[in-house]
Amino acid sequence: MNAMIDEDQIIGRAYDARLMRRLLRYVRPYRRVVAAAIGVLLIASAADLVGPLLYRVAIDRYIAPHAAGARALGPASDARGLAGVAALYVAILGAGFAARWLQSNLMQYVGQRVMADLRMEMFGHLQTLSLGFFSRTPVGRLVTRLTNDVDALNELITSGVVAIFGDVATLVGITAIMLWMNWRLALAAFVVLPAVFAVTERFRRRARGAYRAVRTRLARLNAFLNEHLMGMTVTQLFTQERRSRARFDELNASLLDANLSSTRNFSQFYPIIQLLGAIGVAVLLWYGGGQVVRAAATLGVLVATVQYAERFFDPLRDLSDKFNILQAAMASSERIFRVLDEPVTVEDPPAPAPLPHGRGRLEFRDVWFAYDDDEAWALRGVTFAIQPGESVAIVGHTGAGKTSILNLLTRFYDPQRGQVLVDGVDVRRVAQRELRRRIGLVLQDVFLFAGTVDSNIRLGNADLSTEDIRRAAERVGAHRFIEALPGGYGAVLQERGAGLSVGQKQLIAFARALAADPEILLVLDEATSSVDTETETLIRRAMATALRGRTSITIAHRLSTIQHADRILVLHHGRLVEEGRHADLLRRNGIYAKLYRLQFEVEARSAG
Amino acid sequence: MHSRRFWQYVRRHGRAYLIGYAASAVAVAMAQLSPWALRAAVDAIQHGAGGRLGMFAGILAALALAEAAATYVMRIRILSVAYRIESDLRHDYFAHLQRMPLRFYQRMSVGDLMARAVNDIRAVQRLAGVGLMRSVQTTIMIVASIAAMLTLHAGLTLLMLTVMPLITLLYLGLGREIHRRFDRVQAQFASLSTRAQENLSGIRVVKAFAQEPAEQARFAEEVDAVVGVNMRLARVQGALWPAIGLIFGLASVVLLWQGGDLVIRGGLTLGQMVQFSYYLARLTFPMVALGWITNLWQQGSASMQRLDEIFSVTPEIRDPEHPAALATPRGALEFKNVTVAFDGARVLRDVSFAVPPGRTVAIVGPTGAGKSTLVGLVPRLYDPVQGQVLVDGRDVRSLSLVSLRRAVALVPQETFLFSDTLAENVRLGLDGSEEPAGAPDGGAAVTRAAAVAQLAGDIERFPLRYETVVGERGVTLSGGQRQRTALARAVIRDPRILILDDALSSVDTDTERRILAELRGIMATRTCLVISHRISAVRDADWIVVLRDGRIAEQGTHETLVGADGLYAALYEQQLLRDELDAPDAGPITTEPRPPSRAPRA
Ligand SMILES: Nc1ncnc2c1ncn2[C@@H]1O[C@H](COP(=O)(O)OP(=O)(O)OP(=O)(O)O)[C@@H](O)[C@H]1O
Ligand SMILES: Nc1ncnc2c1ncn2[C@@H]1O[C@H](COP(=O)(O)OP(=O)(O)OP(=O)(O)O)[C@@H](O)[C@H]1O
Ligand SMILES: [Mg+2]
Ligand SMILES: [Mg+2]
Repeated sequence: MNAMIDEDQIIGRAYDARLMRRLLRYVRPYRRVVAAAIGVLLIASAADLVGPLLYRVAIDRYIAPHAAGARALGPASDARGLAGVAALYVAILGAGFAARWLQSNLMQYVGQRVMADLRMEMFGHLQTLSLGFFSRTPVGRLVTRLTNDVDALNELITSGVVAIFGDVATLVGITAIMLWMNWRLALAAFVVLPAVFAVTERFRRRARGAYRAVRTRLARLNAFLNEHLMGMTVTQLFTQERRSRARFDELNASLLDANLSSTRNFSQFYPIIQLLGAIGVAVLLWYGGGQVVRAAATLGVLVATVQYAERFFDPLRDLSDKFNILQAAMASSERIFRVLDEPVTVEDPPAPAPLPHGRGRLEFRDVWFAYDDDEAWALRGVTFAIQPGESVAIVGHTGAGKTSILNLLTRFYDPQRGQVLVDGVDVRRVAQRELRRRIGLVLQDVFLFAGTVDSNIRLGNADLSTEDIRRAAERVGAHRFIEALPGGYGAVLQERGAGLSVGQKQLIAFARALAADPEILLVLDEATSSVDTETETLIRRAMATALRGRTSITIAHRLSTIQHADRILVLHHGRLVEEGRHADLLRRNGIYAKLYRLQFEVEARSAG
Repeated sequence: MHSRRFWQYVRRHGRAYLIGYAASAVAVAMAQLSPWALRAAVDAIQHGAGGRLGMFAGILAALALAEAAATYVMRIRILSVAYRIESDLRHDYFAHLQRMPLRFYQRMSVGDLMARAVNDIRAVQRLAGVGLMRSVQTTIMIVASIAAMLTLHAGLTLLMLTVMPLITLLYLGLGREIHRRFDRVQAQFASLSTRAQENLSGIRVVKAFAQEPAEQARFAEEVDAVVGVNMRLARVQGALWPAIGLIFGLASVVLLWQGGDLVIRGGLTLGQMVQFSYYLARLTFPMVALGWITNLWQQGSASMQRLDEIFSVTPEIRDPEHPAALATPRGALEFKNVTVAFDGARVLRDVSFAVPPGRTVAIVGPTGAGKSTLVGLVPRLYDPVQGQVLVDGRDVRSLSLVSLRRAVALVPQETFLFSDTLAENVRLGLDGSEEPAGAPDGGAAVTRAAAVAQLAGDIERFPLRYETVVGERGVTLSGGQRQRTALARAVIRDPRILILDDALSSVDTDTERRILAELRGIMATRTCLVISHRISAVRDADWIVVLRDGRIAEQGTHETLVGADGLYAALYEQQLLRDELDAPDAGPITTEPRPPSRAPRA
């Protein structure tokens, strides 16, 4: 739980140069497009700035030339001049429109491409991470990384970066024009700037804390909700609704608190900046008006300066929104990079050795293994060998380490000590996919994808014919009920196969392993634990012919499932304690004999 | 916005909205007044009268201060209330979902429900906040600005307003198109997250079957589609705001050209013209905002509609109008001509049998026979379409759900653990319907339950023992450990009726025997339903019901059924370890009860 919360925690800085540099790396392939976008953006900003300038020209030259002290031309030529200025204005507006539209399309393009690249990179990386990572990390969180977090970056790229560029350009442009027109007036308007900076700084500091609180609490709430929706039936069965609602309300209230305090901060910022802007204008008017009266400035310059001063504060006022975008993007990229930086602990070797063909000899050599490096050994010095074509069963108490053996064999994890060899080659020296393609695995935890029955058996393998799929289903005795589903093999299954009985799900997962037609190995981890004995017997018969000559490993608690194995390995607390044929093990009178007798006792008593 | 629910939430906070809107009107009024002051100042300057400038500047500042204060009140009131509405809505959503039955969750995906909880509730919050705030403020602003301009110079105003129809056209034309394309973006985004969710939930299968490249190719398709729909949206959406800017630019041109002309000809003062430009500027933002507000409304109502879809589902399984309570349940259980159908397909037909208080009945039968469905009827995970399920002689549908479920503990066939500590996962079994918080700690009870479920030994070997946090769904435990945790959860509940749905399938026979031995003491006084595929787990039951294709194929005690030569006898025979024929010389074993040398049917 703690680990989970920490993962959602973010440092929450609005700007982090290191992150930014790393982000820019993704933009680099599109730098030409970005350059073009910035080019048109400058045009658009310039077009924006021209308006008040044209007003000034019009006022000083044509509308109120006497007030400016300029020479008057006569009403007729004034009107013509005015029309000329208006025409120029229209042309500039047209250019500005085209530039903005072009710019937004270009940046969208860049943003979308960068997102696509990031998503593919992250998805690809996730596919290489070990199961250890996935058992620590809730799925919902990773989905968020791939979807919403990447989207937050898009906003930064498409509107954020450009808007900030645009704003800076506008601010610099306005300042330059104002200073150029009349530096005294400009300075008068700028007297409020120190206050603006102070307010902004205070806002920024508070916003950062508030943002962090909102994000963390929201993530916590959503994680809770997600899990409790998945486990809703359990909650209901144990009448825990009230308790879990109380917990939910707590999380909800703490999120509300964070939202309210963030709102307070934002609600203050906007009017204060607006007020400071207005005060700037008032000062400007008071001082500038005097200047005009004293003929130290023209009226047109004053009006234009007032207009520019107003525009100067617009981007500052919107700063709060942009700040949010920036902050969201930084937090998201922080988390995205954390996923990308997750080390691949189970790695393919740089030059994978080829796996020799078609034999299927396996060997464990003094294997020690713990899931976490805390010496809680799941396997302790396990050594055994399985010959090609042999069928071997693994039995033992629950938690003895049976599944762990399979986890090492398929290289879902690597052992701390010792070696796992397939056909004499250490599994760490071959490519994982190469290895797993040779193995057909039925996992203890059945997982069905939302999709058709057919696609669940076939998985990505387009080469299989419908006949192959059907044959696999027949072998495990699933054909009958699949046919009875509405739509048969095309029936669409809900999330995790809801709507099927547990045994039916298991049979589909079994059929999947058969359809994959593994070259050397079939590994069954409690593959029929929820299946009735009749179907199980049927499966065993079908498999006996189908798998002749292939190595197989079966794990089962129901001993009738494994009694025909060539050899039985008995695990106890992570150690291999017995090994041999059924009859030999009975003679040894050890753990196996005990497990056996317990099932046996039933018959003994009922017979007696 | 057609959702009545939405307006109910808004009405609940009506006062805050009214105050907010009043403040908004004040702010707009102040905003309208300041151009007058500005104009007076400009006119004064133009006529060389600098004396009153200080006063004008003061008035401007005072107006700005009032406006800022009013704006603050408006924002803090309305925006805060929107977060409160969001919080209420989220609470109601969760509380509603808690009442939804199992069938609902089988139909809906968790991803979908989450998307509504995250994206749709946020969209509604934005509508209730900035949406409602800006809608009113913008309307007031537009009306006031136009009115002010009209009083200044009607002719010039009308001239400038000629560009307005362009805006309407723009919204109508582009708006619809943007909406369509936006919907497509949303749908594609949902599709992308579903792919990701499926891949990551099934990552073990993906890896085991070396499906990474195929998965990557499928994901790439989704990613490319996302780029495609977004670019299509960008092409129209990217035009909207610049276009509005352009139109207002044109209005500004009209003002410069025609207004300037008027000034030259003396029909307007320069100050008035500046004032005009001010109003125009004040109109620009609301007009641009209008598009954005429309968007908020559209998204907000679409989202509220999606939420209403969920809210409007009445749970098929709920308390009756006058629920009876089981004060001291005895645990008599009866199925009376029960028929269950899912989407028209019958899963159970006319099943009848009774379990007297304190007795154990086992249910066996082939995969898909309807066993889980049958036991799910007791705590009302499902309801029958015909027939009745009776507890203590009373139809379960006449009882309050809480009182019924308090008497029952069902260990589901598929284990679900929360990613919490082991202790918490077990403690979940303690009834939570009484004390909302701080329920009895139950430390001792937890250890006792863990001992019964034979989990204590495993837990002692974990470094953090009962405080071990398990992964999502319990993935960091072995299959049997997970199942035994679920069992401990039922044991701690101390129920009148205990139901084990194949709850020992992942447990070895030795552990199974020890659990059953421990449970026997508990089960002796309790009504039990036990489903299993293993003869060893059901043979001691008082009564055994054999289900096949949704019907009772046979029933009886172990002995009579074994003799009956039916399904059960066949099952029994198949589970006999006939290999023992090969090992008659199994020395030490003979000291144990003698194994039969053949099937005991003879
Ligand atoms: N992903 C994991 N992370 C941490 N510990 C684990 C993980 N999986 C299993 N373990 C621990 O390793 C030990 C061996 O587990 P394993 O799954 O191999 O048992 P098993 O023999 O398959 O048991 P079962 O019959 O119950 O399936 C157990 O104590 C278990 O708690
Ligand atoms: N929610 C559902 N919607 C539609 N059909 C369902 C649903 N749940 C179960 N079924 C169907 O009802 C039948 C009985 O299912 P049930 O889960 O009761 O079987 P079961 O006897 O418990 O089987 P198992 O031994 O495999 O657990 C199956 O054919 C199954 O496909
Ligand atoms: Mg296991
Ligand atoms: Mg079942």
